[in-house]
Amino acid sequence: MQTINFLKPSRDNIKNYSIIGSFLVLISLIDVISNAFLKTNLTSFLPGSLSSLFPLILGLIGLNMMRIDYSGNKTLDKLNKNINTNNFNAVLTLLILFSIIKALPPSLSWMILDANISGDSKDACTGTGACWTYIKVWFRRFMYGMYPNEFHWRINTAFILVIALGFVGYFMKENLKKYLALYYVIIYPIIAYLVIYYLISGGSFGLQWVETGAWGGLSLTFIVSFFCLIFCFPLGMIFALGRRSNLPAIKYISICYIEFWRGVPLITVLFMSSVMFPMFLPEDFFMDKLVRVIIAITLFEAAYCAEVIRGGLQSLPRGQYDAAKSLGMGYWKMHIFVILPQALKLVIPGIANTFLALVKDTPLIFVVGLAELAGMLALAKTNPKWLGFAMEGYIFASIIFWIICYAMSKYSYNLEAKYKTER
Amino acid sequence: MNNIIKKFLPQILAILFVVLIFGFLTINAQTNMDNRGIDFGFGFLSQESSFDVQFSLIEYSGSDSYARAFLVGLLNTLLVSFISIIFCTILGVIIGVARLSSNYLIKNSAAWYVEFFRNIPLLLQIFFWYYAALRALPLPEKANAWFGVTYMTVKGYYIPAMVWENLNVFLYCGLAAIISIIVLRNYANNLRDTQGKQIPVLLYSIAILIVLPLLSFLFGGVSLEFELPQLKKLSKISYIYEGGISLPPELIALVLALSLYTSTFVAECVRAGIEGVSKGQKEAAASVGLTPNQVLKLVIMPQALRIIIPPTTNQYLNLTKNSSLAAAIAYPDLVLVFAGTALMQTGKAIEIVSITMLTYLTISLTIAAIMNWYNKKIEIKEK
Repeated sequence: MQTINFLKPSRDNIKNYSIIGSFLVLISLIDVISNAFLKTNLTSFLPGSLSSLFPLILGLIGLNMMRIDYSGNKTLDKLNKNINTNNFNAVLTLLILFSIIKALPPSLSWMILDANISGDSKDACTGTGACWTYIKVWFRRFMYGMYPNEFHWRINTAFILVIALGFVGYFMKENLKKYLALYYVIIYPIIAYLVIYYLISGGSFGLQWVETGAWGGLSLTFIVSFFCLIFCFPLGMIFALGRRSNLPAIKYISICYIEFWRGVPLITVLFMSSVMFPMFLPEDFFMDKLVRVIIAITLFEAAYCAEVIRGGLQSLPRGQYDAAKSLGMGYWKMHIFVILPQALKLVIPGIANTFLALVKDTPLIFVVGLAELAGMLALAKTNPKWLGFAMEGYIFASIIFWIICYAMSKYSYNLEAKYKTER
Repeated sequence: MNNIIKKFLPQILAILFVVLIFGFLTINAQTNMDNRGIDFGFGFLSQESSFDVQFSLIEYSGSDSYARAFLVGLLNTLLVSFISIIFCTILGVIIGVARLSSNYLIKNSAAWYVEFFRNIPLLLQIFFWYYAALRALPLPEKANAWFGVTYMTVKGYYIPAMVWENLNVFLYCGLAAIISIIVLRNYANNLRDTQGKQIPVLLYSIAILIVLPLLSFLFGGVSLEFELPQLKKLSKISYIYEGGISLPPELIALVLALSLYTSTFVAECVRAGIEGVSKGQKEAAASVGLTPNQVLKLVIMPQALRIIIPPTTNQYLNLTKNSSLAAAIAYPDLVLVFAGTALMQTGKAIEIVSITMLTYLTISLTIAAIMNWYNKKIEIKEK
């Protein structure tokens, strides 16, 4: 006759142990939940530190009882495999669950339950929670900076136009596809520049002139990062090719350029653009602050771009070069028709990552006095009517930036996965 | 002939282009400076700076020179980078290992940690810690003691200072301990290779590391006292802690933001490194008869480190460069002290910005050179 060991969980006494174990875990969770949400301590009859450790000990015993290998019960097996492989894992599981439960009520009440969003002045914020009224009132400033309210449609239209023009490539006719690269590298930047210049800056076609000092908020982030991206890409390509060149002078000039910009922090580059750059320009030559910043960031990012493109060039098999040469192609023909089309396809994820870094770097332009989102927050924070809402502002900005950057990183990850399988 | 033209013409054109650009810029700068009556030169470095710096590692006052102000800024930059590198490494390794855990909850918490902190601009994180989170701390008189002796207040973190007597004796003892451990290791390795004998090196090393400094306390006349921070009333409503070391909130915010942000990248490097060691290696090592500890120490770690170290050093370099964001919250680092205050006072834009950039460039290139050397050294040499 087979004896059943009641002290050690096994397949034979699975029912008893799994029920008792899950019951104990449930009790420990209930204890923590009631502690966090209802502020009642169910285990107050226990002495001090034991009372706070009680749910952990109880949960650990419960999980230990539930740990039965190959139990035959699908749910139990899955649970054991994922969160309950050994005692150490069980403790970590419980600690994570408990801390999530503990953190929920205060953050919920601060962000939603006790928060205010009605009204349009500081007085509307009476609760102990967040004051989203502040965000509501300042929303347009955060998005458009000091740009006059009645002209915001101009920024919106310009963005929609630029984005629409960017998608032209997808709808091009088959026989025009060969000009696609030409379109994106030369024609598109020019058109985009003209659109942004005439629509957002204004000054002609009956549109009122708005100086760049008034631009700001999130739209400025987009403008700066957009222009830097489309300018730094061709520049980076030139330096990437230069670094792989056989001609020593060109090679070393490219190496110096790339290593110089990669070695200095962006903030000093921006300092340079604001205090040093005007000294290097001809006397009566005035250059707008925004243009100087875009040039500085473009030069800076081009070095990073060049390294990414160089990676793509290097990963092409040698046979591609040899084949192109054996067909009698010269340097430029070989690169334009054989090497670059393949290499650029490979580096799209890397370029997306560079662009991501670029977007994350744009808040730095506050050092030269341009107020994009982070700069506008600093401005709003010191407004005497709205003192004391720094937390709300930074959380709002973080959420916005997080959504943008997360979407972009996921997109670049997908691209990477896609091109990996294609090769 | 055709070949020579093909080879030299582009190079000559490129050099000419670079020379022309530099010439154009220099001539412009020359005329601009002549017009404004500024002369070019580094003589200002020895002049009296006459500004104060809030926080510095070396003694500094307004009567010191600009060169010393530069040194103060550089040391502050290195300090914040050093502390952040330590924290981001610890955090990064923990998170990177956690991402490979078999536990669903741990794996996903670590993944969300990485996604969360990586995708928020560093500057926003610094602002958040400095202007929002640290401002919510209690005033000095209301602060609770952490670990009984340290105080986290809105004015900074106060910790006890160590007051040493005969510190040099203690340091010599530490140095002697390290040297004797190295000698012992070499001896043990030699013994193992020639005679096959094993001696517990780790145990002996720990013993040496404890005993030698302890001896310095007993016989070397070394003594250590702690100076605790004491609450002091400045005026009716204003209190401050005196004694001990005070870490300014700028430093804390910067270290927090830098280490949290960079730890996500370090975590990814660690994960990639451990994933990069193929499973066969582990199985092969186990089947040869190595213990799990030996497998980790002799087979997995050397291979994983080869993948982990180069990108991680790159992240350390990025962290050092990112520490220049300190200027945004008025932590007196190189950029704020030198490219900010000193530049405002002297107006020597070209000289100061070049010095600042060259300093960062030197740090970057030095570390890059060391890294290249190291990579060459640990490269798998195939015969």
